[in-house]
Amino acid sequence: MAQMTMIQAITDAMRNELKKDENVLVFGEDVGQNGGVFRATEGLQKEFGEDRVFDTPLAESAIGGLAIGLALEGYRPVPEIQFFGFLYEVMDSISGQMARMRYRTGNTFTSPITVRSPFGGGVQTPELHADSLEGLMAQQPGLKVVIPSTPYDAKGLLISAIRDNDPVIFLEHMKLYRSFRGEVPEEEYTIEIGKADIKREGKDVTLIAYGAMVHACLKAASELEKDGIDAEVIDLRTVSPLDIDTIIASVEKTNRAVVVQEAQRQAGIAATVAAEIQERAILHLEAPVLRVTAPDTVYSFAAVEDAWLPDHKDIIEKVAAVMNF
Amino acid sequence: MKHVLEEIENKFEVFQVLNQDGEIVNKENVPDLSDDELKELMTRMVYTRVLDQRSIALNRQGRLGFYAPTAGQEASQIASHFALEKQDFILPGYRDVPQLIWHGLPLYQAFLFSKGHFHGNQMPEGVNALSPQIIIGAQYVQAAGVALGMKLRGKDAVAVTYTGDGGTSQGDFYEGINFAGAYNAPAIFFIQNNYFAISVPVEKQTAAKTLAQKAVAAGIEGYQVDGMDPLAVYAVTEHARKRAINGGGPTLIETLTYRYGPHTMAGDDPTRYRTKDLDSEWEKRDPLVRFRTYLENKNVWSEEQENEVIERAKEDIKEAIKKADAYPKQKVTELIENMYENLPYNLEEQLKEYRERESN
Repeated sequence: MAQMTMIQAITDAMRNELKKDENVLVFGEDVGQNGGVFRATEGLQKEFGEDRVFDTPLAESAIGGLAIGLALEGYRPVPEIQFFGFLYEVMDSISGQMARMRYRTGNTFTSPITVRSPFGGGVQTPELHADSLEGLMAQQPGLKVVIPSTPYDAKGLLISAIRDNDPVIFLEHMKLYRSFRGEVPEEEYTIEIGKADIKREGKDVTLIAYGAMVHACLKAASELEKDGIDAEVIDLRTVSPLDIDTIIASVEKTNRAVVVQEAQRQAGIAATVAAEIQERAILHLEAPVLRVTAPDTVYSFAAVEDAWLPDHKDIIEKVAAVMNF
Repeated sequence: MKHVLEEIENKFEVFQVLNQDGEIVNKENVPDLSDDELKELMTRMVYTRVLDQRSIALNRQGRLGFYAPTAGQEASQIASHFALEKQDFILPGYRDVPQLIWHGLPLYQAFLFSKGHFHGNQMPEGVNALSPQIIIGAQYVQAAGVALGMKLRGKDAVAVTYTGDGGTSQGDFYEGINFAGAYNAPAIFFIQNNYFAISVPVEKQTAAKTLAQKAVAAGIEGYQVDGMDPLAVYAVTEHARKRAINGGGPTLIETLTYRYGPHTMAGDDPTRYRTKDLDSEWEKRDPLVRFRTYLENKNVWSEEQENEVIERAKEDIKEAIKKADAYPKQKVTELIENMYENLPYNLEEQLKEYRERESN
């Protein structure tokens, strides 16, 4: 076992797959010699050559198109979109094209593509760098959307994503890149896509979160413990498809749930989680399912991120509301 | 300060081999085609003209769905395809069904594409092509990727894609040729300039005097060709293909052509934006007329031969539409099964639900 940051775990996963499968190609803006703007691809071009790890011109739409075309030639592309706020430029290549390839060609062509992209607030980035746009991706049939919150999950999920024969959007929260280290096996391992992880067991209320909000939930849970409230924290890890079994089993046990996301209330995937719970477990609920989210404005200007982004205090407040319903 | 615009635009002259009277006007660039190959090219063009006429009729009878007429573009579509090899990969636009058929897509499947059946998009093994792209420009960025893949694999093959004059205004058009240029990838990009994007004339797309000169923005070769001239289109495509597989990079080819029919059969009425004079002027340039004259003068084509092709096309089309009509209807369960290799829980649940519905 090694102690790794999440970014190191991500690099390690790509290195593993580049070594294992010669069809894996890593490309994007500044991912080659520069090693990526966050050093996610550090050293990979040197180790595997310019035919395997390469820079592209600055155009997201064509990065998506390049990935689709390379997949048609039997490659397993791992393109990077430098910040997920730039998704809008490549929306057609992702949602309009690669997500539909298998279906539109009646299973004759596929898009085994993993789109990696950083997102997430708390690091005072300029405009359209931190926006949480996973909700847009989760609404597109044909995609899977993975959001790890720990170094361990990041490595196992990224290896699974790259090996998946359908397109996976792999979103990396910038605040989690280097904020802590965790135990990561040096050998390869996979984590099944579509499987949540219970990060903290509890019996009084279920907190369902993903990305940086997993850590906010864990912090909230340890404060709630002091007040005698035992919260279970589910890290979704994959936001599309959801791990319904894990969510419902937890709610049936605790009878209360709060869904926590960094995205605005009208965005993200919390509404879907709440809808699934009320359809499948309403008779187990002692209180409505409440949501912790950002307000429905455009993403915060950097100087007021702290006030805008949801945090553990918002979570504690909502837990109090469901406990006292 | 020196103005370079005029200088650049003067470099893009219309390349022509056969004039509208069927006379060779450019001896040094006559492509090296045997009599049999010339006959085969004419056969395919005549066949495609019949296919267009029958497709329009079948659409009007409600036996076909989405259909974008091709009459007038036979030289541009068929002669360009004639210069390709089986290993080349085609990324067609929505009007480029004929190229797919001659690349190996069975006719009944082309009809199923028109009717909206997924089997129409299931390319047979060994047919290197995608089904027609509806999002104008998307085929261009994807072609850059296919071409880069071929280069990395060391294949003797090219990626070939087609768009129209309107499509040259899209961002993906520029990104596609620019990426292929930056990677020196073996791609051939066609612009079939039929002067109208639905009702909008090409002058409203751009102030550029030619569309071929847009290649300059990518730093790649560009040619403007008489798109009603099968020999010119063939010669330029063959040249671009050779250059590409020899590591010379991509080429942008503008074919000047015309569609005699409407934009699509979905209610477009070209009399609202095109004059009769313009139509009849282009009919004089018909690729079939000039190629027929050329071949008859060479004594390799006759009215009898042409009638044989027409009859054969009609027979094939009749058989194909019957086969398309008889093809099993699609089920929701099939649509679900074609989404992913391993279905996620939501689709597993929905698959069960629709299996029950379909068994009742």
